[in-house]
Amino acid sequence: MNPMRDDILVTRRLRKEFGGLLAVDDIDFTIPRDSTISLIGPNGAGKTTFFNMLTGVYKPTSGQVVLDGEDITGLPPHAITERGAGRTFQNIRLFQQMSALENVLVGMHARLKGGILASILRTPRLRREEERAREHARELLAYCGLAGRDELYARSLSYGDQRRLEVARALATEPKLLLLDEPTAGMNPQETIEFIGFVHKLREERGLTVLLIEHDMRVVMGVSDRVTVLDYGAKIAEGAPTEVRADPHVIEAYLGTGAVSSG
Amino acid sequence: MRRVVPALLVAGLLLGLAWAGIFHRSPELYLMAAVVLVVFLSGIVRASFWTGLERAGVRDPQRRWLGQRPLVQRAVPPLVIAGLVILLAWAAGVAPDSALLVLLAITYVLYLLPRRVRRFAVPLTVFALVVAYPFFIQQTDYQRFLFNVPVFNAFPSMDTMLSMIIFAMMAIGLNMVVGYAGLLDLGYVAFYAIGAYTAAWLASPHFAAYGISFDVGSVAEKPILQVGGIHLTIWLVLIAAGILTALVGVIIGLPTLRLRGDYLAIVTLGFGEILPQVARNGDRDGLGFDLTGGPPGINPVDPPGFGHWLNAHVGLPASYLREQGTYVNFVTLMFWTALALLLLTIFCSIRLRDSRLGRAWIAIREDETAAAAMGIPLMRTKTWAYASGAFFGGIAGAWFATIKTGVFPDDFFFNISILVLSMVILGGMGNVWGVIAGAAFLEYLNLEGISNFNGWMNDHVLVCDPNKQNPSSVISGGCLNAPLVTFGIYGAIIVLVMLLRPQGLFPERRRKLEFETGVHDTPIQDETA
Repeated sequence: MNPMRDDILVTRRLRKEFGGLLAVDDIDFTIPRDSTISLIGPNGAGKTTFFNMLTGVYKPTSGQVVLDGEDITGLPPHAITERGAGRTFQNIRLFQQMSALENVLVGMHARLKGGILASILRTPRLRREEERAREHARELLAYCGLAGRDELYARSLSYGDQRRLEVARALATEPKLLLLDEPTAGMNPQETIEFIGFVHKLREERGLTVLLIEHDMRVVMGVSDRVTVLDYGAKIAEGAPTEVRADPHVIEAYLGTGAVSSG
Repeated sequence: MRRVVPALLVAGLLLGLAWAGIFHRSPELYLMAAVVLVVFLSGIVRASFWTGLERAGVRDPQRRWLGQRPLVQRAVPPLVIAGLVILLAWAAGVAPDSALLVLLAITYVLYLLPRRVRRFAVPLTVFALVVAYPFFIQQTDYQRFLFNVPVFNAFPSMDTMLSMIIFAMMAIGLNMVVGYAGLLDLGYVAFYAIGAYTAAWLASPHFAAYGISFDVGSVAEKPILQVGGIHLTIWLVLIAAGILTALVGVIIGLPTLRLRGDYLAIVTLGFGEILPQVARNGDRDGLGFDLTGGPPGINPVDPPGFGHWLNAHVGLPASYLREQGTYVNFVTLMFWTALALLLLTIFCSIRLRDSRLGRAWIAIREDETAAAAMGIPLMRTKTWAYASGAFFGGIAGAWFATIKTGVFPDDFFFNISILVLSMVILGGMGNVWGVIAGAAFLEYLNLEGISNFNGWMNDHVLVCDPNKQNPSSVISGGCLNAPLVTFGIYGAIIVLVMLLRPQGLFPERRRKLEFETGVHDTPIQDETA
């Protein structure tokens, strides 16, 4: 079997420099289809920079990103989303003054066709498309545990619900690969456990491939098929969660920075 | 701040009114002072109203009132207030005007309608009143049918109304760019100018000098047609002007929309300055080819109308200028056509706002980075906003050139960009109806309102001696000459709005929230897509 076909995301020697600072150092990384992969590392390890290169927010200094067999290096964010990579943000970036439903509808933007003339004339086809989109958006909200909150403004939702809405909005882009950037940041242990259960459910029921970024190692142990550890922009360990946890380099990186038991 | 400024304003106003009242014993002023005082103290008035009733022997009036049916609770207070005002007016010797009473009665009925009906009833009524407006204002003794507006005295003339409509169209167009998509455009006059010049190119003898001549359903009279040039019917001209202006919007947008915030504003400001300069210098001396007619502009442009063919076959007026009836004349026809164009603009604007594209615009306004991550192509979506805004600016410009039957580069100064932007800000960014109100109000002030207000001040408030007045100074001989500082007054209005009501007079629901909580748009991108 061709290994390319099996990997939904591959990076080759991906590198990012900010002036003289080397944030991500030639990282080779793969995400096999239908898996949950975690990328962890202490604060400032380059996780989010790496993540932003995958989603097109940053252009890599060098290297290559391949999504489902297609080179997406340096494409703008919307083009990468169109090709099937949905994401959430580390510090929630919902459209605060739009309703939950509208947020999800914005997520569907690339999957809808309604053009400017059809919108003005409100053609039957456009009306059908909008109705279906709204229907689908309501289903997504219900799936993410936000049933009955469609018309609430995003900013009036509770913190946990805002996180869920971010996921619903990312799901609306119909991703093949879902990228979650520290989704449990700011959650209490109970909410964290619930959220991890939700990620599990996404994979079981929707067949999604998930990349989870975390700095708290304990969060990812239960759900991940494989864990990759970054420190100072370089990959220092990779493997099954239990192996990685026992790796002396990892222990040193975490204990050395004192970040091992946060959250 | 929010309490001190209005308090100072009201105190100043009351002091001024009291002082003026002592000099003039004008009952109108006492009435206004009383109304202002009551509105400002409405909280205290309401509380003392209930305690007063209780003292008078009514048991527990407030609770019993709140127990009434909602319709009663809604219907009675305006009647009580209106009754009091009329009583007060009568006591002060001001006779209530019948036309005013009719208008108040209509408003009252609309107010009582259930919300669902009102949504349609209010715009329809306003529309009907506006359509009928020429019949009232063109009466030789129109005061018999209309009432005296307090302070501003007269109703806007037909020419002023036409101008108000054109500016309302422009304000709605700019609102798509500034209000919906959140892109600050300080050069909107460029689109207005391009629309006007397109009308001049496509419906005037201008290109006759280059031997280009053809005529498609044109309106022009025989002697002008004999000169040659391009003569398209106005209806095609309007469409062509919209499309061409939208194209220019795309061309200007592609390089500039990569910028954010202030940088975008500065570049659009530049374009707004460049295009009128091109218009001024686009003649044979400047360009080697007479494109814009240079400083004198292009004159005459064909007037509006349905053309000779439609006149002969359907009976529609060939040229508006030939209609000279008392009530239905060229001004009325221009007014109604402008109104139809305004309705079209409103319709498109609302449809777009509620569409997939409109959602994308609002998403970009709220958080550009998140919008991009959700699959919204930033450049394309912003360019669409620009092009849509430009489209309606172009149509407004073309209509302006047509009714003026000429284009002159001096009509397209930078101040128009700022004026239209002020209309959007004053009315409430994002809300179509607010923006129309802002446009109508500011354009009325511009053309008539300030001089009417000035006249009222001199008659009622100030001790004016016209013989001692120096026409070139703002205050002289006890008289005010406010039209000299029109733009200063605009500035003051905008500053006041920014201080007291930064979201505008009639804000969009969402925008209101944004002003309360602020938007969150920290770029995390190093290269904008």
